[in-house]
Amino acid sequence: MVTDKERQELLQQLLKKQKTGKLKPAERYEIPPQDMPEQDPIERRANVNEVATGYTETHARLEAMRCLQCKKAPCIKGCPVQIRIQDFIAAISDGDFKKALVIIKENSLLPAVCGRVCPQEVQCQQTCTVGLKFKDPTKAVSIGRLERFVADLDQDNESVPAVADETGVKVAVIGSGPGGIVAAADTRRAGHDVTIFEAFHKTGGVLVYGIPEFRLPKAIVQREIDTLTKMGVKIVCNFVVGRTRTIEQLMKEDGFDAVYIGVGAGLPRFMGIEGESLVGVYSANEYLTRANLMKAYDFGSGADTPIARSRKVAVIGGGNVAMDSARTAVRLGAEKVYLVYRRTEKEMPARIEEVHHAKEEGIEFHILQSPKRVIGDENSHVTAIECLKYRLGEPDESGRRRPLPIEGSEFQIEVDTVIIAIGNSANPLIRQTTPGLEFNKWGNIVVDENCKTSLEGVYAGGDIVLGAATVILAMGQGRIAAAAINDYLAKKKQKS
Amino acid sequence: MSHRIVSKRQLSEDVFTAEVEAPLVAKERKPGQFVIISINNEYSERIPLTIAGADPEKGTICLIWQRVGKTTAEMADLQQGGEIANVTGPLGKPTHIENFGTVVCVGGGIGNAPLLPIAKALKEAGNTIISILGARNKELLILEDEFAKISDELIITTDDGSYGRKALVTEPLKEVCQRDRKPDLVVAIGPAIMMKFCCEVTRQFGIPTQVSLNTIMVDATGMCGGCRIEYDGQPKFVCVDGPEFDGHKVDFDLMMKRLNAYKDQEQQAYEQYKKHKCKIGLDE
Repeated sequence: MVTDKERQELLQQLLKKQKTGKLKPAERYEIPPQDMPEQDPIERRANVNEVATGYTETHARLEAMRCLQCKKAPCIKGCPVQIRIQDFIAAISDGDFKKALVIIKENSLLPAVCGRVCPQEVQCQQTCTVGLKFKDPTKAVSIGRLERFVADLDQDNESVPAVADETGVKVAVIGSGPGGIVAAADTRRAGHDVTIFEAFHKTGGVLVYGIPEFRLPKAIVQREIDTLTKMGVKIVCNFVVGRTRTIEQLMKEDGFDAVYIGVGAGLPRFMGIEGESLVGVYSANEYLTRANLMKAYDFGSGADTPIARSRKVAVIGGGNVAMDSARTAVRLGAEKVYLVYRRTEKEMPARIEEVHHAKEEGIEFHILQSPKRVIGDENSHVTAIECLKYRLGEPDESGRRRPLPIEGSEFQIEVDTVIIAIGNSANPLIRQTTPGLEFNKWGNIVVDENCKTSLEGVYAGGDIVLGAATVILAMGQGRIAAAAINDYLAKKKQKS
Repeated sequence: MSHRIVSKRQLSEDVFTAEVEAPLVAKERKPGQFVIISINNEYSERIPLTIAGADPEKGTICLIWQRVGKTTAEMADLQQGGEIANVTGPLGKPTHIENFGTVVCVGGGIGNAPLLPIAKALKEAGNTIISILGARNKELLILEDEFAKISDELIITTDDGSYGRKALVTEPLKEVCQRDRKPDLVVAIGPAIMMKFCCEVTRQFGIPTQVSLNTIMVDATGMCGGCRIEYDGQPKFVCVDGPEFDGHKVDFDLMMKRLNAYKDQEQQAYEQYKKHKCKIGLDE
């Protein structure tokens, strides 16, 4: 274990060298990768506080010095919104954290969120020269942690992005998830009168109902929403577009000139197996919504929303949502939590860090297995799942090896709760209530490269276009759509 | 934006009605639809309630609820001028209304509340309305006058015979089905067990039967599946595919078991609330 003092001393030595320009790449390679301080695995099993507690200044500056400042900066290509990574990292190693944040904010509006939830190992950090040199992606410069560090310093809590003169033109943003937040901010900056419509009673989309507190504290999301409000963006909650008002009504009756649809992919997929409607079988969406949004973890000490009091839980799936569900079940007091996945750990779409955390917290991984049916008792309550064993075949269209069931390999796992986390599809509500809007066969909205839909003045982005993807991709699309909306509205004004 | 309670009345020992400010819902709602409410923003749960009526001019909706647990008790304790933090809606598919001919409207207990706007709309569409209203006793019977106004025939039953016929609603329902002129449609709304037995009666006569299901809901926008039922062997989400379904295809037994999923915790929350309320009383 490295002590804080040793870390300080190393930093001072390196700083001296850096000042004189003598810090060579070979020496940079020798700086040990800085792990993120985190809560003890045993302790954190009993609370919902954030697991990773964040870098100290010393950690951050040491980690920043590991960056080689590559001329071509391959990391930037790995970032969906092309943050000037080498520049903000250089600012951190110089100790100019404010400058670092300004550089990040040129391209990303939610650094505190993205620094936490982006899968950096397959984005910016995948192409990092340092990681490639060690042939180990976990030894790449921790770009995400550094981004989080500067964002968390909360240096600009008073600063509100500048808003152009009022144009008097109205923009509706449907959905307050990451894409909607960015689209609202960018269209508001252009001076438009922007209203966000949110179906839930709280804003943030998957950032508040999906990703748990222990991975993304809700106060961080609220801070971003507060910035929007300070910019003059109006927020209407409890407003279900398609039911409370349709898109047509918003445009024809309520005077909105442009609409951004960022409603996400919120329809849970079930497996279609026997026993899936038994008591104790949840979609991950329901489980996480009860736990996160409704704070069922505080049931009995304030919160009204109940959730299963489980002893043994099976979570089906291998993505981040499965990890979040399993780790939530641990915190709700389950004695045993099994993660059942039909491929191997290598094919798991979840972030490496989350898989690692899940294992540390005692979650048992059952790989190459998948349920065939759910078994219940006379009260229709889950008692077990019957699984089949799987083997891997040839790669499928996703490039991952296809899991094939092994006939006759049935066996049972005794559980009282099952959480299905095998993915989400598009909610059909907008499709059912918006004539003329074009969808593909999976129910996703069809858009052009500017996120424009088949309807004039209507734009869409994020999961409702891409299918379930990532926070940063949704943000990227919100930004593209906002630029296209601003452009469309400017041209429309010229014409009239 | 919170929603002010414009007026509130007690209809029977445990049944209350309130007129609540919700202009957007009042404007768009149609018979058969419901809202999700939560009393405060942080810790309150979200519960579904049918929209029993609306005044689009005033921007208010009428809610009717029965005190069965913590949240409904908390609502019962709210007074005129009090506020509900969140009202979301209208939700669910509206009832399909047309002139079917003769429609039997069967209401059980609090089910009369969601049934009323549907019966009204069916009457306006030119149907002959036979209403059968059931309650455990006279005290618990609600909306009799409102139904009397729109019904061509009104039959009241109570379990204990304290008012109307001493019978369950299924008894007169069977008689009506046996008449020479068979009804064209039955709409049954009430406790799951009542809807189940109404469907068993009408099945024998081959009369189409519509039920409105009251499953557990969280978001009620189709994103969680907490409200799912088995319908004709397939899963359906009550919040978006319903709440109305062909009763002959619903697996009521499974639905009733799912309704009981949180029974212990519901009781715990209610006990805590009552205890807390008592203490407040002592302090005063």
